[in-house]
Amino acid sequence: MARIELEGISHTYDPPSVPETQREYAVSNLDISWPDGSANALLGPSGCGKTTILNIISGLLQPTVGRVLVDGKDVTPLAPRERKIAQVFQFPVVYDSMNVFDNLAFPLRNQKVPEKAIGKKVRETAEILDLEDLLKARITRLNAADKQKISLGRSIIREDTAAVLLDEPLTVIDPKFKGGLRRKLREVQNRLKKTMVYVTHDQHEALTFADNVTIIKDGHLIQQGTPHELHSQPASPFIGYFIGSPGMNLLDCTLQDSALQFSDFHLPVSQEMKNKLGSAGNGLKFGIRPEVVDIATREQAGAVAFTVSVIEYTGAYRVLTCDRESSRIKARVSESIPVTEGDRIWVSFPEEKLNLFFNEKRIV
Amino acid sequence: MKNRGWLFVIPALAVLAISAFIPLMTVINYSLHYIFAGSTPTFVGFENYVEVLRDSAFLRALVRQLVFSMGILAVEVPLGICIALCLPKRGPGVAVCLVLLGIPLLIPFNVVGIIARVLTQSAVGVIPEFFALFNYSFNVAKDPVDAFMTIFLLDVWHWTPLVALLCYAGLQAIPDAYYQAARIDGASAWKTFRYVTLPKLRSVLIIGVLLRFMDSFKIYAEPLLLTGGGPGDATTFLSLHVARKAESYNLGYAGASSFIYLFIVIVFSYIFFQLMTHIGKGETK
Amino acid sequence: MRKRTVLLIIYLLVLFFPIYWMINTSLKTDNEILKELTLIPKDLTFKNYAEIFTSELWRSSFMNSIVYVCLNVIISLVAAIPAAYAFSRWKFRGSHHLFFWLLTNRMAPAAVFMVPFTELYYTLQIYDTHLAVALAHCLFNIPLAIWILEGFMSGIPREIDETALIDGYSFPRFFAKIFFPLIAPGVGVAAFFCFTFSWIELILAKALTVTNAKPVVVTLTVGIGAEGVRWGLLAAAGVLTMVPGAIVVYFVRNYIARGFALGRV
Repeated sequence: MARIELEGISHTYDPPSVPETQREYAVSNLDISWPDGSANALLGPSGCGKTTILNIISGLLQPTVGRVLVDGKDVTPLAPRERKIAQVFQFPVVYDSMNVFDNLAFPLRNQKVPEKAIGKKVRETAEILDLEDLLKARITRLNAADKQKISLGRSIIREDTAAVLLDEPLTVIDPKFKGGLRRKLREVQNRLKKTMVYVTHDQHEALTFADNVTIIKDGHLIQQGTPHELHSQPASPFIGYFIGSPGMNLLDCTLQDSALQFSDFHLPVSQEMKNKLGSAGNGLKFGIRPEVVDIATREQAGAVAFTVSVIEYTGAYRVLTCDRESSRIKARVSESIPVTEGDRIWVSFPEEKLNLFFNEKRIV
Repeated sequence: MKNRGWLFVIPALAVLAISAFIPLMTVINYSLHYIFAGSTPTFVGFENYVEVLRDSAFLRALVRQLVFSMGILAVEVPLGICIALCLPKRGPGVAVCLVLLGIPLLIPFNVVGIIARVLTQSAVGVIPEFFALFNYSFNVAKDPVDAFMTIFLLDVWHWTPLVALLCYAGLQAIPDAYYQAARIDGASAWKTFRYVTLPKLRSVLIIGVLLRFMDSFKIYAEPLLLTGGGPGDATTFLSLHVARKAESYNLGYAGASSFIYLFIVIVFSYIFFQLMTHIGKGETK
Repeated sequence: MRKRTVLLIIYLLVLFFPIYWMINTSLKTDNEILKELTLIPKDLTFKNYAEIFTSELWRSSFMNSIVYVCLNVIISLVAAIPAAYAFSRWKFRGSHHLFFWLLTNRMAPAAVFMVPFTELYYTLQIYDTHLAVALAHCLFNIPLAIWILEGFMSGIPREIDETALIDGYSFPRFFAKIFFPLIAPGVGVAAFFCFTFSWIELILAKALTVTNAKPVVVTLTVGIGAEGVRWGLLAAAGVLTMVPGAIVVYFVRNYIARGFALGRV
């Protein structure tokens, strides 16, 4: 197992004949470090450059600029097999003409491992993945989830695997097997302590799998941190909105005197907050999580009146969509607060839970 | 509604009734009668079949045909796969290559026969001239081996592009991820071909093998035009043999031999079909 | 990568040498053909082509071929599309056997069917018409078309049918507006193969025609006549029979490329 580092990686698919200034970069200037044995996720919307990054790490693609390091050693010029980085693909990639045992044994046989050691190792791996009963089964009889496990099994069976890359591994899995397979992936990581990078556009998958999540947008790294950090201190309004369900409420505002001025209401702020904001006055973005918005059914000091326009029930909680003349916020509230659609409610925003962004960056 | 599928198959069956079923019944009917040049048919049971199976000319044609068709498969299928592997995967070259490979398929059988005659005509054809350089006298009209090999190579020339096109379609359908996985697993080029490419080509190969087997069994125009089935009977393949009998209005014999012929093709095709559907499907050892 | 390109080019050269040789021959005088071996015609002549274009026999037989081939392509596709749809969508009683039975049609040797065809079409009074040849060629083209189209249609998710029908499309409208455009490349590929096999077929075309529908492939064999073989003329006619095929390939090349890219031939 190993530490994986990306150093100043940029990549363009344009041929070198395109002049420097006109090239379009799929990813640019990435510096990411994944410690040995860690569970990581690479999260971003479709087309953000995730697959490019993955192919650069695995060695299927040579980056235009930058280096890939495994345990501090530069592996950029090495071929995929020499890097010892394994990959699990979007759809299960298995060898149809072999049974489960031979599939798992394939990478070892290619390394000319003695047949006896292969048998032992395959059974060990099968046990970890709950595939013992299927070892003699034909591949074509298995469901996608089991096939995906085999493809994971092939990637972890070699002792010398430096890291495992998982490329949206749940995409084609039947919903009823998704949860089980997701837990299995997590469990395998915990048990084997192999460095894994899970690539996905699904925040739920990323946050449940990884201890360390990297968010990518348009080929740029925007934030790296634990799921909790991303949730409570998003580095930009995009992350605030992208992470969480529903996403963070975002409203434009300016600081005037000692209050945040919105399009149709204002919110007084403390001296301390004012100091933090410093010189940034115009073009602020105000963000607050729907979970921490306080709702009251009666008028309260410092609270702003809204009208409930839509109530969505999810079972454990409700999501209220609240409108004013030109502002809209969402609030996640428990079942115990009695509101119906069309009610007037008073909303307050706890100052310590506020996020304020300036120029797409978090300042408070 | 379970059998509404039949409704959709009716048009195809209706056309095939005219073009296949009724003629087939007629053939069977002939095969059970003694018919000769306008005489009144008399029912003779299986006598025609016995006569055909005792006829050494028929049996020789059959063996020749089997050797030919098996040889065709052994050469065209591997060659077709190799060509498909050499074709570009994307870019402007794809359409160009597909058109180039498609053109030979569109040459009528008898034009192929004419090409062969132009190329092999003794004294001035380019092939005899070429062999003359090695002091070998190449003559399709006199040497049975030369004639057989000419027909064989002609078929390979004409039909390998079909196998290549089919395999190319199969190759295009293999997602890159399989090759990437094989690279990561450290598989050699041969193992990648054996365990990724070949299994994924299975379905197109089944069709390729079946088509080439059935069609090579039907070979008719090329030997007819090149040497008329000669020299001797070196290139008298089954179709030619049967057609001769039919043309001489020996319809009972023609019908019986046709039926035996059809039976053989179906049996072999079925064996290929079964073998290729089941071979290497990850059976336990 | 380089090695593959070199191999491919060598193969294509071998593939086209015979075709080149025929073109070469067609542009030579009979004298030159018989006297010596030349890689390019010394004495370039279009006499052979001129003879074909001025001959009523050649012109009409070209037209005959084109008519019955097109007729065959239409009949084959009209019959094959619904059948392929049924095989790709439903498992109905007997569907498995029926599919194999349909394929066996292709195995039927044309030489075997020659006489019964002649008799049947005499009875139906369509002997020596374009329709007769077109119908006879369905023997091997319908099974092939069904098989190709079934492959393409199986690649299209059933959910599309269901969604469209739920959305209130009638079945014919769904088929014409939604399903057909999706399988268009497949229809192109199937049409190409039907055209090919009908265009090059000789035995049935010869057996079923006398004068009215006599196709060019038959006229060609007649060219090997009493006055000795006229190589230049034969080669020119051979070249001309390749032309319609080449035109068809050129026009459907994008469909075929797309069909092949879908990997469903």
